[in-house]
Amino acid sequence: MFKKALVVASTAAVTAFSGAASADGTLDQVKQRGQLSCGVSTGLAGFSQRDENGVWSGLDVDVCRAVAAAVLGDSEAVQYKPLTAKERFTALASGEIDILSRNTTWTHTRDTSLGINFAGTNFYDGASFMVMKDLGVTSATELDGANACIQAGTSTELAIADYFREMNMSYSPVTFDTSDQTRAGFESGRCDFLTSDGSQLAALRIGLADPSNAVILPEVISKEPLGPVVRQGDDQWFNIVKWSLNAMIEAEEQGVTSKNAKNRTVTGNPANKRLLGAEGELGSNLGLSSDWALQIVTQVGNYGESYERNVGKGSPLQLDRGLNQLWSKGGILYAPAMR
Amino acid sequence: MFKQKTLEETKAAQRRSTGQSSAASFYNNPSVRSLFYQVALIAGLLYFFGNIIGNTLANMEATGIKTGFDFLDSAAGYDVLMSLISFESQDTYLRVFVVGFLNTLLVSAIGIVFATMLGFLFGVMHFSKNLLVRKLAQVYVELFRNVPLLLQVFFWYFAVLASLPSARQSLSLGEAFFLNVRGLYMPKLVGGDLSEWVWVALGAAIVGVFFLRRWAKARQDATGQQFPVFYASLGMVIGAPLLVALLTGLPFTIEFPVLKGFNYFGGISVIPELMALAIALSVYTGAFIAEAVRAGVQAVPHGQTEAARSIGLREDKIMKLIIVPQAMRVIVPLLNSEYQSLVKNSTLAAAIGYPDLFNVFVGTALNQTGQAIETIFMTIIVYFVVNMVISFLMNRFNNAVALVSR
Ligand SMILES: N[C@@H](CCC(=O)N[C@@H](CS)C(=O)NCC(=O)O)C(=O)O
Repeated sequence: MFKKALVVASTAAVTAFSGAASADGTLDQVKQRGQLSCGVSTGLAGFSQRDENGVWSGLDVDVCRAVAAAVLGDSEAVQYKPLTAKERFTALASGEIDILSRNTTWTHTRDTSLGINFAGTNFYDGASFMVMKDLGVTSATELDGANACIQAGTSTELAIADYFREMNMSYSPVTFDTSDQTRAGFESGRCDFLTSDGSQLAALRIGLADPSNAVILPEVISKEPLGPVVRQGDDQWFNIVKWSLNAMIEAEEQGVTSKNAKNRTVTGNPANKRLLGAEGELGSNLGLSSDWALQIVTQVGNYGESYERNVGKGSPLQLDRGLNQLWSKGGILYAPAMR
Repeated sequence: MFKQKTLEETKAAQRRSTGQSSAASFYNNPSVRSLFYQVALIAGLLYFFGNIIGNTLANMEATGIKTGFDFLDSAAGYDVLMSLISFESQDTYLRVFVVGFLNTLLVSAIGIVFATMLGFLFGVMHFSKNLLVRKLAQVYVELFRNVPLLLQVFFWYFAVLASLPSARQSLSLGEAFFLNVRGLYMPKLVGGDLSEWVWVALGAAIVGVFFLRRWAKARQDATGQQFPVFYASLGMVIGAPLLVALLTGLPFTIEFPVLKGFNYFGGISVIPELMALAIALSVYTGAFIAEAVRAGVQAVPHGQTEAARSIGLREDKIMKLIIVPQAMRVIVPLLNSEYQSLVKNSTLAAAIGYPDLFNVFVGTALNQTGQAIETIFMTIIVYFVVNMVISFLMNRFNNAVALVSR
């Protein structure tokens, strides 16, 4: 009896001790699988949402699609994992997903203590407040003593605590796990206001029974740069995700679009040719084929196209480019040099 | 464990009596051997788990994840909806832990009290002569035992409590009690000078009731005369504090909840998350306890009832004095596990945002710090200890109700 237990225990021990380190890098695993596993939200209009046919779309989804296009040559080869705010970092750390692209704020603490790396920013945002019109509130400074609906496990929880402390006001935080529940809590009157990043407020607002009944207050109380995240310790994969996003931004700067990308390789200037793989080593430096960025742009589009389609003029959200305009056009979007 | 030991002891005793020498071969002595194996097993297990934990931590460190318990001293940075002790966002994670723990204890205690009451009520109703009452008990058990608890929590929270009117249109009872989508608001007694004597009187009355019951029982055993213990107790518990309150000149003011701006302030408030969770836990566990009570009552031989009838006891007395005390032997062990399940089920709080330990610690603190191993470990220990305590108390209670063979 005891001997048997010992054998079982020692085998288990050996497995436990050796199982931790995975041999292949993320790139090899994704190629072997033939599919990218991407963590997204449980449903947030404009960023990651699923239509009736189960097809995912959105600004965050486009990052997943871009990486799949670059790595596998097929932007559809993605398996989406809907995650709540609380689940997301565990899902990434455990290896369940290859990328987390779920309106996640780049913070110092997350970057340095969760074993993760932020691969850039695909949306510059800030936390704000949404109230029902009939409450008669026009500024966040009038919210003393109010109840807040917040999603649990977000940076918003921290931002609002700071803001109310600084303003010497009080509030009660009512936290929910998913954005649907948060919205339901707000609509039922459990809270006076809903707080989240501005873009998410816009997305939640159009999901209300009567959107015209709710207003987003003018105050922006925090910096919330949202971007894709990877596990720490795999630099090649980190580079691939970082430069896939940069390729979308650079393409917009260069005027390369999903329509004209093919022609640009043939007739374009040297920068065009480098980006699209007709010249230079950019692809092979990443461990990818030379047309990696061409695949991104033809299949997903440049950043501007993705923006307008998902959250801008071509979408119900109707968000202005604002900070998310190119640096050369008054925004802060800037891709490092593609050479 | 204990049984084994007694077995060894008896064996040893047998050996001694049959004159066998236990010193003959030291390593063949069964108790030495078993001790050795047990020590070896424990050491092996410790080594095994110690290694796993050490390895995991080293691996986490290597992938850049922070480890250790230092985070407990740093400011949490977020607020918590409800707290039995003062809490603000600059307090530490350790305090978050305590806040969550107290909230877990609160909802569990409320749940246990109401589940027990519902369980005994519906369990006994099952034996009613009235068909309607019997059916009602059956429907209750079948309905609430067979629907998943999470669904019930959602039902109470999103369907029932969320459809209450807004703060400004609260349902009110005499402008003192208010019920709205944000919770239940009740007046609070605020004690002034000398008010502590009223509480002392209440405490004394409760102690008094205890002695009264012993005295009444002794008297009944000796003389057969009954004493109206219930009414006397009620009188004492209400009368004594009331008398002291009058003597000290009613040192209380009543604080009514008032609508100020967005919410009601003042008085006692019960958030809907607590209500929904407590109702769901009580009703769900109550259905299981009702079944336990039914099983317990059915386990009492029918002859007991007949014997009781033959000496002319009333039906309600038969239930109270003859059946239930004997049924307790079956019920109490079952109650133990129901209570333990209730405490564990209270972690469903996370689904509706009640800030219990699991929600504020394994939920938010883990998420903000990323220290999964530490937070989960601490939380497991708490649930383990709480359930051990329940088990211990229920075992004592069980010994008290167990059949004493004469
Ligand atoms: N950017 C913030 C907030 C992200 C967040 O979770 N926002 C909510 C807004 S209600 C959301 O997107 N929820 C979508 C979901 O739960 O699927 C963070 O990184 O912590």
